[in-house]
Amino acid sequence: MWRMIRNFCVVMVASALPALSQTVTIHAPSSVSAGSSFAIATSGRGSATFYLVGPSHVLKRTIALGQEITILGQDVTSSGSYQAVACGSEGCVNTVFQVLPSAPARLSFLLHPSRVPVSTPNAVNGTALVSDRFHNTVIAPAKVDFRLSLAGESSTRSVQTTRGVAWFEMGSRPKQGALQVVASLGDTTEPRVIQQVASDACGLRMTATPVGHLVKLETDAIRDCAGNPLPDGTIVSFTKTDNAGRSTVDTPIKKDKAIAQFQVSGPARISVACGVVAGNEVSLGGRP
Amino acid sequence: MKRGLAVIVVLLTGLLLAAGWFQSGGLKLRAERTASSPEEAVRALLADIQDHNWDRAYARLDHANDIQQADFVREIAGTDGSLRTYSALQGFDIWPVHADPSHATLRVRMNWSSAVGSRDDVRDWSVVRDGDVWKVVWPKPNFANVPLQVLPVNYLRWDVIGRRSDESGGASVDSPQVRIISMNAVERPDSVVIVGEVENEDTVPAYLNISATLLKPDGSPLAQQDSFDAIAHSLLPKQVSPYRIDFPGIRLSQVKSVRMDAHPLLVPASADPVISVENQNVNKDALGRTILKGALVNQSGQVVNIAQVLAVFYDSSGKAIWVSDGYVDQALLPQAPVAFAVDIPSDVANRMHDYHVVVNHYSAPSA
Repeated sequence: MWRMIRNFCVVMVASALPALSQTVTIHAPSSVSAGSSFAIATSGRGSATFYLVGPSHVLKRTIALGQEITILGQDVTSSGSYQAVACGSEGCVNTVFQVLPSAPARLSFLLHPSRVPVSTPNAVNGTALVSDRFHNTVIAPAKVDFRLSLAGESSTRSVQTTRGVAWFEMGSRPKQGALQVVASLGDTTEPRVIQQVASDACGLRMTATPVGHLVKLETDAIRDCAGNPLPDGTIVSFTKTDNAGRSTVDTPIKKDKAIAQFQVSGPARISVACGVVAGNEVSLGGRP
Repeated sequence: MKRGLAVIVVLLTGLLLAAGWFQSGGLKLRAERTASSPEEAVRALLADIQDHNWDRAYARLDHANDIQQADFVREIAGTDGSLRTYSALQGFDIWPVHADPSHATLRVRMNWSSAVGSRDDVRDWSVVRDGDVWKVVWPKPNFANVPLQVLPVNYLRWDVIGRRSDESGGASVDSPQVRIISMNAVERPDSVVIVGEVENEDTVPAYLNISATLLKPDGSPLAQQDSFDAIAHSLLPKQVSPYRIDFPGIRLSQVKSVRMDAHPLLVPASADPVISVENQNVNKDALGRTILKGALVNQSGQVVNIAQVLAVFYDSSGKAIWVSDGYVDQALLPQAPVAFAVDIPSDVANRMHDYHVVVNHYSAPSA
């Protein structure tokens, strides 16, 4: 009986020896590029369950130990830290590796604001975020060119990215119109347009022409201090005060000018304003 | 026996009908239908207006001034999608002002429930004796008679087109730039009121709302309200609108500070219609209240269905101290002046040094 037991123990130990000598290990490259296929080496014998745990993706597969595990590029599109785990009958082993962003391929370009009054200091700012084709932010420094053009004049600013971001700030130009800003990185370009619009009215002035009991009011061409005409539709307020009381009308600019007409009863005082900008005042009927 | 039972049933039915008639105010209604005194004549006319019984109401008028039924109905019931067409006479009060054997004057306050809330209309009506009855002298409406003409309208309009992208890094269009140019917290007997003005500084139209949050001394919010309809919501470029935000039931001593927020939206808009505000004067009305009155003239070619007047009042230092608003019952037909009046609180009237009036308008989309 004792002999039988001893023989059984010897057989058990002998059958376990190969497994003890073949410890399971996995080896991954320390870093790979996002979207690139690569292989993870394994050692050991038998089968195991393989897990790949990434920032936004988990993969589970049955593998044969001792063979390479091929990881397809589509399984490592998100950059960040990944963990590869192999679990066999004796337990689990794991390794950690980094997936780095691939080559810059995309630009997200934020240009603010979409409209800006002319000659406003530090009013325009643009921010470009560099990413690879999988939308991973490219941390490595890259050079982004911002090409600005307005009415035939153009200039370029080159900005090195810091942690994937390149930005600039500038004042608006004194001339109204569409300011086009194109951010480019290699073959990738992102155009944006800012409308530079006229600022507040400057030197607002009207003339009054009496016609019987009426007075016709007409402003000069309404421009800002840089000479840009205020856009049509901008509201100009006329106010008349006479014996009949006060009359007001908010009228939009048409073809650079605003026109209004009032009935006049006795001496009258008429003023004009555009927003918070007051213009000249006209007295009719002998008032100073 | 059977005949006696039938008589009893008929008598009981008659008794119940009479009780129902008394219960439902039939006696009062009958008194209102008669016109044996000036007050009864006015009361009967107002009852008919409440019932929309235009034929009987017209029959109660004195026709010496040759008033036409169509004109009377047009004035009292409204037309052209005006605010009056969305109103109903809810109640009325009558006071005698003057009376002699053949003529009397009564002051009538009509309370209209309308699409924009309850509105009062105070008028002095003349009543004349015509035989045994009294009849109301309805002033002949003076509707503007604008000659047939072609009015070219070529004002600008703004449309918002294209996709509105929320994608990060995508092209987008900013909301209009607006600025609150003044703000003043005013204590009223039963509330705290925030008044001020806001300007659209941009070159595109803005749909605007202003909200205010009252903060306690510890910085926590006490109450939050918005300007609701006491603002011209659609502001064209460089247009300035007054606003008023009411906080009922709050005292100024409870408030440490006020946080203001403007919420502008980019919207399609038209520079048409242009409405002038003419012959503005500060006067007293029949009830002795201080009012700002004038006339609105629609200078464009399309009918303005509902107009609202907003008036901001300044003290001698130019600070906004109050904002009044009032709707106009009539539609603004092109080139036809329409009178308006807005109340000014007595304490504001005493301190008021200047004022500014703007007009808010609503027009039904044309077919």
